[in-house]
Amino acid sequence: MSNLWDAIVIGAGPAGMMAATTLAEGGARTLIIDEQPAPGGQVYRAVERNSQNATLTTVLGPDYANGAALVARLRASAAELRFNTSVWRVDTDGTVWTKADAKVERLRAKALVLTSGAIERPVPIPGWTLPGIMTIGALQIMLKDAGLRPSGRLVLAGCGPLFYLFAAQCLQAGISDLVLLDTAVRANLVPALRYLPKAIFGHGPRYLWKGLGLVAKLHRHGVKIHRQVSNLHIEGTERASAVSFNVGTRSHRIDCDLVALHEGIIPNQQIARSIGCAHQWDERQQCFRPILDPMGESSVPGIFIAGDGGGIVGAEASAHCGTLCALVILKRLDKIHETEFASRQTATQRAYAAHLTVRPFLDRLYRPRREILFPADEVVVCRCEAIRAGSIREVVRQGCLGPNQTKAFLRAGMGPCQGRMCGPTVSAIIACETRQTLDATGYYRIRAPLKPVTVGELASQYGED
Amino acid sequence: MFTRVECSSALPAGDNVLIFEGSQLPFRPGDSVAAALLEAGVSPLRKNPVDESPRAPFCMMGVCFECLVEIDGKQNQQSCLTRAHPGMVVRRQRGARTLA
Repeated sequence: MSNLWDAIVIGAGPAGMMAATTLAEGGARTLIIDEQPAPGGQVYRAVERNSQNATLTTVLGPDYANGAALVARLRASAAELRFNTSVWRVDTDGTVWTKADAKVERLRAKALVLTSGAIERPVPIPGWTLPGIMTIGALQIMLKDAGLRPSGRLVLAGCGPLFYLFAAQCLQAGISDLVLLDTAVRANLVPALRYLPKAIFGHGPRYLWKGLGLVAKLHRHGVKIHRQVSNLHIEGTERASAVSFNVGTRSHRIDCDLVALHEGIIPNQQIARSIGCAHQWDERQQCFRPILDPMGESSVPGIFIAGDGGGIVGAEASAHCGTLCALVILKRLDKIHETEFASRQTATQRAYAAHLTVRPFLDRLYRPRREILFPADEVVVCRCEAIRAGSIREVVRQGCLGPNQTKAFLRAGMGPCQGRMCGPTVSAIIACETRQTLDATGYYRIRAPLKPVTVGELASQYGED
Repeated sequence: MFTRVECSSALPAGDNVLIFEGSQLPFRPGDSVAAALLEAGVSPLRKNPVDESPRAPFCMMGVCFECLVEIDGKQNQQSCLTRAHPGMVVRRQRGARTLA
């Protein structure tokens, strides 16, 4: 039973790192797995390597550099680290199937912590499948991971914290040929202000101050910003060559070499959905998220979810989420005294809550506009199978009852990305057309293999059993 | 479309070269295959097998599967999740994966 772990943590971002560190420091036999070659997740990607790099440290800023402390603590713990490893199947009994270097392995743990983080919300607009269009997160990953910055005429289109952060990082990296298309809806401001008083507590002011600082920096550098942008279209045949958009009733067009889109982030649901963790629609964040108890346990006993995968909370709050899950698991393993558990739980919950005060304000202020959530008929929704919003609406009119039937009608969600890029939009369109709630409409049934595994890779592992 | 933030540290010569469609293409140690191809200006990486529209890396974190290429004879590999190594043979993914 050497493969029976006390806990397996899937994902080495801030939540996963703190979960694994806390578990291992508490004496639990802990394994942490990640697809990337080093700890950090997307937010702290390549943070160890870049800590030696003065230029990138300056460009990426202190909040990024702070991630190195989490990595160091994880490295110092007794947790076993497995990188370049994909998880392609998880079972409710704690079995985890991995693949690394075409080698398949089956592991098991008494408890699992899923920390698969967030993905960027799909931004279905006309032309978004063209080369020369990426997400803002993707550009930031290239900066962190390879020290690569865009060259040529860059257009950033979107809104939300990462949009302004990356724009400021572009300036720091020496990019001057930059136009920002700010898609934040002004009508969101008044309803968002209702949540502003809450944001003055805890760490709220720090987040607000950082945001204002980013916006001030963009102004100081004289960056061209179009506000209240809507009706974005990307033009081009082999590559994106221009962006057209409206500001109010006026239409504009800009020639460009690279366009990056960003409309906020949503939980990565894939693993949790695949094992049947119950989800619910979060109206505030406009996304599905798993139903969790206050310590992060999902509807499946023994399966915990921490960090942005359980609802968007941000990197620092995610780390505290990870600690909370770990404390409960240590308690169940009888590796922590009741009094220590109680005091650490209280302290962690307090620290966690201090990061959440600003969230309702940000969620409301940057709620995506309708044309992103319910794209026009001609827009490609399922990139893999090249299926447009109009086709989804058409099959709903023909009697398609829900997201899973669109697979049978159209093959929507059945391409290589397995619905990751179209799932949220398909559910939203169906809910709108059928006038049902998102909860009643539901989501794709996600099934293993969550990552491609060949029959040969599977078969080659069956000597041992 | 992309350039290194630190221009001073020129691409290290020597072994750090992969073969893309028969041509030598330099990379830096630690680069993903997708990053190396984007820096070299390769576009598109593949054609969508359904409508043959051109596609290139989109999310760079393993979610979108737009960066699929053929690596060392294996088709449909996620180039953003694969680290480049010397002598690696990379080709565009042409159509859907063929079943052996």
